[in-house]
Parts: sequence; structure tokens; C-alpha cells
Amino acid sequence: MSLRSAKDPNYQKPLTRLIDVAAGPLQLAGFEAEGGYSALKTAVKTLQPQEIQTKVKDANLRGRGGAGFPTGIKWSLIPMGPNSGPKYLVCNADEMEPGTFKDRLLMEQSPHQLVEAMAVAAYAIGANLGYIFLRGEYVLAAERLNQAIAEARAAGYIGKNILGGDWGFDLHVHTGAGRYICGEETALINSLEGRRANPRAKPPFPQIAGLWGRPTIVNNVETLCNIPHIVNNGADWFKALSQGKSKDGGTKMYGCSGLANKPGCWELPIGTSAREILEVHAGGMKGGKKLKAWLPGGASTDFLLPEHLDLPMDFDTISKAGSRMGTGLITVLNEDQSIVSAVRNLEEFMARESCGWCTPCRDGLPWTVKIMRAIEAGDGQPSDINTLSKLTRWLGPGRTFCAHAPGAMEPLQSALKYFRHEFEAGMAVVKVPESGDVCALPEHGVGAKADYAKERMKWVNQ
Amino acid sequence: MAKIHVEGKVHEVNGADNLLQACLSLGLDISYFCWHPALGSVGSCRQCAVKQYKDADDKNGRIVMSCMTPASDGTYISIADEEAKEFREAMVALLMTNHPHDCPVCEEGGHCHLQDMTVMTGHHSRDYRFTKRTHNNQYLGPFIGHEMNRCISCYRCVRYYKDYAGGKDLGVFGSASRVYFGRAEDGVLESEFSGNLTEICPTGVFTDKTHSEHYTRKWDMQFAPAICTGCAVGCNISPGERYGEVRRIENRYHSELNGYFLCDRGRFGYGHVNSEDRPRHALIKREGQWLALNKADAIAQAAAVLGGHKPLIGIGSPRASVEANFALRALVGAENFYAGVSAQEAATTATCLKVLREGPVPAATIKRIEQSDAVLVLGEDTLGTAARVALALRQAARGMLATMSAEKRVPEWQANSANDIAQHALNPLFIATPVATKLDEIAAIAHRASVSDLVRLAQAITHALDASAPPAKVDAETAAMAQRIADTLKAAKRPLVVSGTGCGSAALIEAAANVAFALQKLNEATAICLTLPEANSMGLALMEAPALDAALTRAAQAETVVVVLENDLSRRAAASTLDAALAKCTVIALDHQQTATTATAALLLPAASFAEGDGTFVNFEGRAQRSIQNFDPAYYDRHVATQESWRWISALRAATGKAAWANLDAVMADAESQIPALRGMSAAAPSAAFRIEGAKLARAPQRQSGRTAMRANVFVHEPRATQDADSALAFSMEGINSTHAVTRPAALIPFAWSPGWNSPSAWNKFQAEVGGAMKGGDSGVHLFKHNGAQSYFPASLEATDGLTVQLIHSHFGSEELSSKAKPIRERIPQAYVALNVADAQRLGIEHQALTRVELGDYVLSLPAKVRLDLPQGSVGLPVGLDGIPPLTAGAAVRVSKGA
Repeated sequence: MSLRSAKDPNYQKPLTRLIDVAAGPLQLAGFEAEGGYSALKTAVKTLQPQEIQTKVKDANLRGRGGAGFPTGIKWSLIPMGPNSGPKYLVCNADEMEPGTFKDRLLMEQSPHQLVEAMAVAAYAIGANLGYIFLRGEYVLAAERLNQAIAEARAAGYIGKNILGGDWGFDLHVHTGAGRYICGEETALINSLEGRRANPRAKPPFPQIAGLWGRPTIVNNVETLCNIPHIVNNGADWFKALSQGKSKDGGTKMYGCSGLANKPGCWELPIGTSAREILEVHAGGMKGGKKLKAWLPGGASTDFLLPEHLDLPMDFDTISKAGSRMGTGLITVLNEDQSIVSAVRNLEEFMARESCGWCTPCRDGLPWTVKIMRAIEAGDGQPSDINTLSKLTRWLGPGRTFCAHAPGAMEPLQSALKYFRHEFEAGMAVVKVPESGDVCALPEHGVGAKADYAKERMKWVNQ
Repeated sequence: MAKIHVEGKVHEVNGADNLLQACLSLGLDISYFCWHPALGSVGSCRQCAVKQYKDADDKNGRIVMSCMTPASDGTYISIADEEAKEFREAMVALLMTNHPHDCPVCEEGGHCHLQDMTVMTGHHSRDYRFTKRTHNNQYLGPFIGHEMNRCISCYRCVRYYKDYAGGKDLGVFGSASRVYFGRAEDGVLESEFSGNLTEICPTGVFTDKTHSEHYTRKWDMQFAPAICTGCAVGCNISPGERYGEVRRIENRYHSELNGYFLCDRGRFGYGHVNSEDRPRHALIKREGQWLALNKADAIAQAAAVLGGHKPLIGIGSPRASVEANFALRALVGAENFYAGVSAQEAATTATCLKVLREGPVPAATIKRIEQSDAVLVLGEDTLGTAARVALALRQAARGMLATMSAEKRVPEWQANSANDIAQHALNPLFIATPVATKLDEIAAIAHRASVSDLVRLAQAITHALDASAPPAKVDAETAAMAQRIADTLKAAKRPLVVSGTGCGSAALIEAAANVAFALQKLNEATAICLTLPEANSMGLALMEAPALDAALTRAAQAETVVVVLENDLSRRAAASTLDAALAKCTVIALDHQQTATTATAALLLPAASFAEGDGTFVNFEGRAQRSIQNFDPAYYDRHVATQESWRWISALRAATGKAAWANLDAVMADAESQIPALRGMSAAAPSAAFRIEGAKLARAPQRQSGRTAMRANVFVHEPRATQDADSALAFSMEGINSTHAVTRPAALIPFAWSPGWNSPSAWNKFQAEVGGAMKGGDSGVHLFKHNGAQSYFPASLEATDGLTVQLIHSHFGSEELSSKAKPIRERIPQAYVALNVADAQRLGIEHQALTRVELGDYVLSLPAKVRLDLPQGSVGLPVGLDGIPPLTAGAAVRVSKGA
């Protein structure tokens, strides 16, 4: 990780410039000394909320939570004006995406950056109250954010009459109880209200009826952290950060996990290629193994192949390649790893994390898991692959209540597309004694490992 | 209206609907689970998928959930699209991965929405080969059985129980494929509307436990369009019978009254029909012993008594039909006919009738109550006296959801969005009552005061609404509250005033009426709801007979023959008064229950309960409704003599030389000609001569089986089915059963069924617009209309001094007939005396301590309930509970420490 004083000659790193993991996060004084809270001062003292919204729109900042929705457009849907309140700003810090740990880094190592960012964003949308919905396991982040908020409150950056003006903003950290679905913004809102974390129907969008039924903006941690820098340096500066690698602007928190030599998280210009992330920053595949497949950004993105490594990692390009950039933290699989096991593992997670609201997700995901357990155990049946591919359609976009199950189908459908043979290899095989032929069982058979079938099914069904 | 295009064909629909509701209203079948006309859309089950196209040229389209898509003008959809069809089947396949396929042993089988939808989508074989998740079932009390393994997680139960009915003890637990619908722990469901879970649940998770005790498949039962006798609302019910027993009560849809929902008293209180100790033969008392008589002998004996030149009086009943009461009146003569209710009950009921008939404000239907946007409840605990009103008042409060949704341009049917937007905002409900009510929790103001203080409050509200009304003498605090209530009611679009006979105070009813009258001058949309004591209190009140007290006074004067119609007088007059009055009298009782009164009779004629007889009941708004006979007990046992009271009386008339009535229509014709107030009642349902395509209408489903064997234990030949002289229905599965060939009058639909629709969802097929009025209009006819002549009632304050009786009505226990049902008995509280905490302290009485209560001749020993809600000086006694004598509201009572 870059040191606080080190200036990388090649890239500007506005989000992580002040991060020094060894030294720990900056306290308020240190943060202010490095220019912290200057964006809030500029905003409150010199800018109208609408002007900040315009800057963010001009910068074409796209949401860093995974969907890439333009932040400026999201904000523009919120009612403004004297009678539009109360309104709320919510930071989505429920980072539970498998293989993703970028927001954790930003919150643990630069908590004041987020606090300032939320104050500026709240000013821009006219909110007086904000919540950071934090993943429950992020204990350290909670501690540091609460400390930063306390410091900011004492210094007058949070609270009533901020910087001597009329506008006030208070901010609370709310730690989640550990549900992946809380990352879905409307489920997050329900959870924050103390209800079951089921997603809400849209429309109405949160900008119209969100938290407590009021206009609400929900933004990801990384998205928000960009706001003060855009206010300080302008839209053109922000766009230039990508150095022409993408038509999108800004930097992106990229990362790599899996069997790479140096898994980690790095702030790089948006549009940096996955090859650079894997080979330069993550030090290549561990043990010199060949890369088999990679997930561009979390468990709900389609697998890509080594041939896709040179594509610039941005929302549009990765979409065109048949996947989604998602969070941008790639997960790599090497040639020895079973795609069936990997996907089964992901689907187990997704099945467990379904909120249970809609039929395809609630009942379809466990079915995929059971089929893949059977295939892993060599107990697959020829109809299983067909059933799996049917499930990828039934659980696809537009079929389910929210994006959870369609996301869960992305690794499965791409695994079926690229690695169908690995699924076929899991078919139950039986020796028919009379003829000596080897054949796959058509239906409801007992496999060649008949003696163990009972034991295995117990495991399959557990 | 909007034009939508389905499979390329243009249809006119209500553009405010969602596509599912619009298509169902067109008669187009789309499978669904989580949607319900009363609960709206939430998009959870994904079952109602259709293909939507951008325009006529779009050939690709996309799958949408029809329940979540508005039926806006110019919408192009296909239900038959292959991809949509495959998806709908797939959703059933997914639900079935955990469903146990136990239809043969499941009590829902045969009226199961899940079965219907499975067949509709064509899902017939299973690809899923793994194990199913299992759950533990819970004990939920005497009404509801629980089998969670059948659950398809449509969330309807919790949305109904919590959101709609305001229940708190049923929820959804867990997540993912383990979601569980039940209570936090085993226990009796608290809601008085829990029975609706059995119909809301699309499969067999929540089933009717009382049905389970003597289970029969829907297709094997015989049904009738009947009227609930549990209170004066007149909910439409569909009792199902087999082998001469009522096996269950199902809701019978009526858009203006019960809609889709009944209360538990009405649904589970049918046990009196089946009880073993019912009189089923005519009995005569000889030397203190009952002796059974056959019908002819019984008539001869009764005729002899009637012809014996003794003075003759008849005592009617608010739980008997109009026809039964009229027949008795015709038998004894109008001048000798008495209403059979206490003077207080007669007076309060008459006041209600006067307000509704002679006042300027229309009586509210249940639907109108639900549409109210500001409500004043004065005195009445509706949950105890007219529970369906209480459920409707919840919907009135929840009306704010629609208002706030509309502001955000979210359609009303987006149920969860409406909840999210409105959060807990409610329309104002002002509850001013002497005792706490369950609705207090959703009230803008819950005010406790004595009846006389409530009268003053109402006067103050009236004056605040209309300065020409006389002012009230109230303190500043009450005046401010009255002003706030008046301002809110004034600002409302559809204000409502609720009161009734529950407090036993005519002054209170008049004071409530004055509020409504004052409001009506400002807003013509004002309505009033006055609850009445019993199912046919209004019908009896229309006959304007003197009260029981007058009858007893007369009976005490000379040896009199007293004919008592379906009435347990011991519930209405003190035992000592009754004994003194009837000591020298000969009592002929007609009833379907053994009561203290039938025990004193010389002759007992077994009357039909609602299940065995036809008759008309007039509900609290003045709507006459026909309750049609469900089954003929004599078909199973020729010795059973049970028949309608009016039919007994008809035979008595014949025996005494007067003309007998040929059938119900003849009784009604006579009643209409002799009592102008009853004119029009025969229009409540078509006459017995009504036919469709020349045929009668079947009471039983086409598939009813076993008729040949039903009586084989008695005699091997199958007798001809009983011929129904009184209605257009046949005691058979033979006859018209179709829903669409001809528009069937709503009053003649015994049960909900349509091809492919076996569950209560089949009501869709009978409605002009799904969730709205029945095709051809809802049943019943109003016997009077508000006419605007009555001006303000003069203020009358009943002076109270010392401790007086305050009536407390219990949902379970205060009504006579339902209290005889075993499962209801499990829910009836023990008798008690309720005291204000200050009174209790003054008297040195502790909570739960046995307390001596002296009430007229009665000396009771009751456990005390020391309460904060009762006004000081009021002694609360629960109406109708075992150990509680007949009560007069406001009567003096002495309470002292110790048993």
C-alpha cells in the first residue's frame, strides 16, 4: 500500500493518497493538514447544492457499488426545494460481496474521508441526517468511523449550523446483522427501519420514498469518497484521472483474490486491464499455474476467460464481454480448481443469503446447490445440466423480485457456457452387469458407487 | 377506463387496476398466489407472469408480473405466450420442490388454490429429486390447524393477519428457503379474525380445526347462502353440511358487507346446530317429565291449548327470522305480540331505527366504513358487539396509505410500497368509550369517560360543528378535545360516526346522531353506523311491538297462554320476575336450543336453526337478507320434526281454522301486506319459483358423492331428495351450477365454485370486477332510506349516582348461540366484575379478589378486575357470560369486599 507521503509518479490516487496502513488512519488534525474538510468548507460556504449536483453529473461519476449507475442522475431524481425535506443520505457500507474488500480499506484507513464525503453529499441533496449502514463484521471500521464522526462533530463539521451556516447534518453508524441482501439498497432501507431485509418494489425509488417513506439517496462508500475530490478539483480533473483508459472518469479501487501471488487492493485509473491487475499488482498466479477463469467483480458476475484479460476494466467494456465489472475486485481460478465446486460454493452462499421473498430465488437457488452437490459427488444425472440451464433462465433478470438471484445465475450460466464438460464429468456412471456397458443413469438410479450412495445423498441433501 | 390488448384483442378495463386484476375481471385466467383482491400486490410469488410488448409491432416483449404492472391504456400483453407459460409452470415447479404433495390427506384438498393453480399451469410431473425442508407445526388454539410443511411462502397470511387485521402474534421468521410462518411460540392466536387465515392461505397450512373434527371434502358438502346469526352486521356465510351436521362455515362474498372476511365468532360459532341436546322432537311435559310427540299430536295439543279461551300473548325474538316473528304476531294478534327484549334494549334499538329511518344521514355499510377518512366512535366497543365493524374501522384508519401513496403517484394496489410510504400514518379515529377497546392502539384519541360524559362530549362536538346546536357544559379540556374532533371531522371527505346499543343508552345514540346530523349539514358524504344487539334486532324493531316487560306484566295478571319464540327469556329478565309472571301461565316454546325458558314450557316445538330453515334477517343498516336452508334433517332421520317456527305456526293456524301458508313466499307476502315497514323484504332474494334454464340451482357441487349410500344404514332404497318449497335451490348436486351461462342472483349462490376454481378464489368468477360488486349486484334490499326529516334530538342526560352497571361485551361469550360451540367456549373468559382502580381502593378490593356484587335480586361472587380504563362509578359486567344475570345498563349495583 502506498505510503502517505509517497506520490506515485504514474497515477493520481485521490482516494488512497492519505492511506498508510502501517501508521493507521489520520486523526482529524492530520486529515485537515492534508486538505481534509476543505471540500466541505468550499461546498457550504461557496456552492449551492445544485452546483455540486451539476459537478458530480459533469464528472460522470458512476456508482462503485457494482451497478455503475451514474451518481449525478441518481441525485437529480431527489426532490429539492424548501419543502422537500426531511431527506436522508445513506451510505451503503454493507460490503458482503465475496472477494470484495475495497470499502473496508477506505473506511478503516481513511474514515474522515467518508465522513467529509457524506457531509458534502448530504449538503448537495439537502439531507439533514445520514446513516452509514455498515457490515456487522467490520468492527474496526465501526470503531474508526465512530471516532471520526465524534471528532468531526466536536470540530463542527457534523451537527447543527455546520461551519456557522444554517445547514445541519448528523451522521450515525448502523451496524448490520449480517445479511448479504442488505447490500441491495431497498433491503438495506428496510433493515435500517427495523424490518425484515426484503427488497422493496421499485418504483417508487428511494429518491421518492426511501427511508421512513422519505426521499433518500443510497450511495456506496467508494462512490461517496470521490465526491470531495470532485468538489475540490472539478469534473474535468476527475475525468482525466482515467488517463484515457476508459471513457469513464476517475480512479477505481481494484483488487485480486484467489490463488494469486499477492492478493490485494489498489487504487488505479478506471479502465486498467485485468492483466495489469493480476500480473503487475497481484504478482501473477501462484505457483506458476495457468489462469483458468476469473470473476471480474464479485460472486454475481459472469466468469471471464484468460482471453479477456486485456480488456479495460470498466462498466461498459466488461458488459460487452458478457459479464459485469461489479465491484472490480477480481477473483481468479487456476487450472486445477474445479469450476463445479467453485460455483457450488458461490450458490451455497447465494441460497443461504436469499431473503426468502420471491419464489425463484428462495426455492430455485437451493435446487442449483443440490444439483451441483450431486454432480460434485459424481451423482449427476443427464437431465441435471438441462435443469441447471433452465434455472439460469427462471432465475434471470426480470423474473425475480430483485437482482440477487439473477446475479447468482451469472457465474453458473457462464460456467455452463465455458466449462460444460466439467459438469458432464459429474454424471453418475454405472456398470450394467449383463452387458458390461458403461452408461449414465437416465433417472433416479443408484450410481456405480452404490455402496456409498446413501452416505453421499445424505451429504448432498444436508 | 383503459384499453388493453391481450393476445391482440382489445379489452376495456379499469385503468386503475393492475394487469392481473384487470385480466381476471375480464374472465381471463392467470395463475397467482401472493396477490389478493383485499391485500393488493407485492410481487413475491412471481406466478402471474405475462409477456408485455412495447407496442403492436414489438415481437420480443419481456416477462412482467401482471400484478405489479398497471393496466394502463395501450398496454400490449400476451398470457398465452410460450415463454410466459413455461415460466408460470416453472414457478409452480419451484414451489413444489418443498411442498409435500399430501393432497389425499390434506384438508385443503378440493378447495385448494394451489391445486387449482398447479392444474392451470399444467405442471404435472416433478424434476426435483432431492429431499424437502421440514418444519415443526404449532398449536394455534381451538380454531386453526397448522401444517407448515405445505407452505409455499406467499406471505399472504402475515400480510392479512398483521397489516390488514392488526394482529401481532403471527409473523414470518427465518430467511431464505427456511422462512417460517407462525407464532414466536405455540399458543392461541390472539386475533378475533384468525379464521380468515384458512381462506387467505392458498394451501393447507392454516386450516379450520373445527372442520377437522368432522372433516368432509368441499365437493361432498351441501351448501346454502345463509346469513350469520352472530351479530347484527348480517355477514353472508356459506355453511357446509354433510350427514345432517354443519361441518364448517365459509365466507360468502358480499362486496358491501363482509367482503372476504368473517369474525371468529361467526365462523366457528356454529356448534349449536350440531349439539346433541337440541330438541329435535316435539315434547310435552307430563308430571314434570318430557314426553315426545309426533308432529300431528303436537299440533293437536298446541291447538287445544290455544283454543282454550285463556288470554293469549306471543313473545318474539331478535334471533328469530322476520317470518317467524311475523307468524307469531299473526297467530296471537298484533295487540298481543311482544318484542321479547328488555325495555332498555327495545328503547335503544328503536332509537337506532329512528335515527336511521327518520334522520338525514345514511347508514354505513361495512364497505362505507372502510372508506371513511375520519371516524368518531362514541360508546361502542365494536369488537364485542359487531366485530366486522371493528375490522372495517382498521381499514378506515389504513385508508391513509392510499392517500399518501397517491401523493407519490404510487397505485393503491402496490401494497408494500403503500406501507413504506405511509409508515405508520393513519386516518384519524376518535374512540370515546367507557371501556378500553382493541382499536385504541390505532386511535388518534382514545378517550375514557362515563356514558353521561360521552353524551356531553358529543354535544360539545355537535356545537363545535354547528353553532345553532345547543352548547354543552364541559370543562376546558373536553371542549378543546371536542373542537379538535369537530375540526378533523369537518375537514374529512367521508366522515363517519359510530355508536350503537352496546352501552344501553338511548341518550348516547341520540347524541351520536346529533354529531352526524351536524356533520351532514356540512358534508353530504357523512355516514352513521349504529350497531344493534342481535342478528334480527332491526327486523324485530320494524314490527314495533312492546317490550318483554310489558308482556310479563300482562302475563302476571291472569292465567295466560304464552307462546315464546326462539328466546331464552332468562337472558333478558330477572329470574324472579319471570317466575312471578309465568307462574300461572302455560308456556308453549318454539326453539332450536334447550334453554331455561324451554325448561319451563308445557309444550316445546323443535324449531329450525339457521341451517335448517329459511327466513329473512334485517341487518344494522336496514338491509333485509334471505338466509336459505342448508339441509333437511328429516332426510337423514324421518322422526326429526325440526322445522321453521313460522312453519309450526302455519300448521297451528291451520289447526285453528285459519289459512296456512304454503311456503316462505306466502308468509312474506302476508307480512308485507300487514306491516308496511316490511314492504320490499321479499325482493331480498328471488322467489321459490325462480329458475334458470327451467332448473333449480344446486346446493351441492357437481361431484358430490355418496348420496345413494348416505341412508343405506336406514333403508336400502335411496329416497327422493327433499323438495324445497321455499327457495329456488335444490337439495342436490342436480341443478344449475354454472357461473357464467346466466347471471346468478348473488342471493342464490350457495358456495364459490367455477370450473378450474375450487378454492374461495372462485368468487373472482362471480364478481363484475374482481374484488368489487357481484355480477347483477350484491344481495339484500334496504327496507328504508334515511329521509332527512329528523332534526337534532334534545339533550337528555341520564342522571347517575353511586355505582352503576356498565355493560362489557365480549367477542366470545356475549352472544347466546355462538357461546354454545365448544371451540368458542375455550375462548370465553370467566365471569368477572370490573372496577375502576379508585373505586376498588375505596372499597378495599384487590385485583382478582372475590367480590360480592348485589344487583337487584342477585347476589354474585365474582373475581374483581381492577382497571384503569373504566370511569369511576362504573361497574363493568360482561354481558351473557356464565354466572352473569340479565343486565340493565346504568342500574344501581352494590359492590363490596369478600365473597
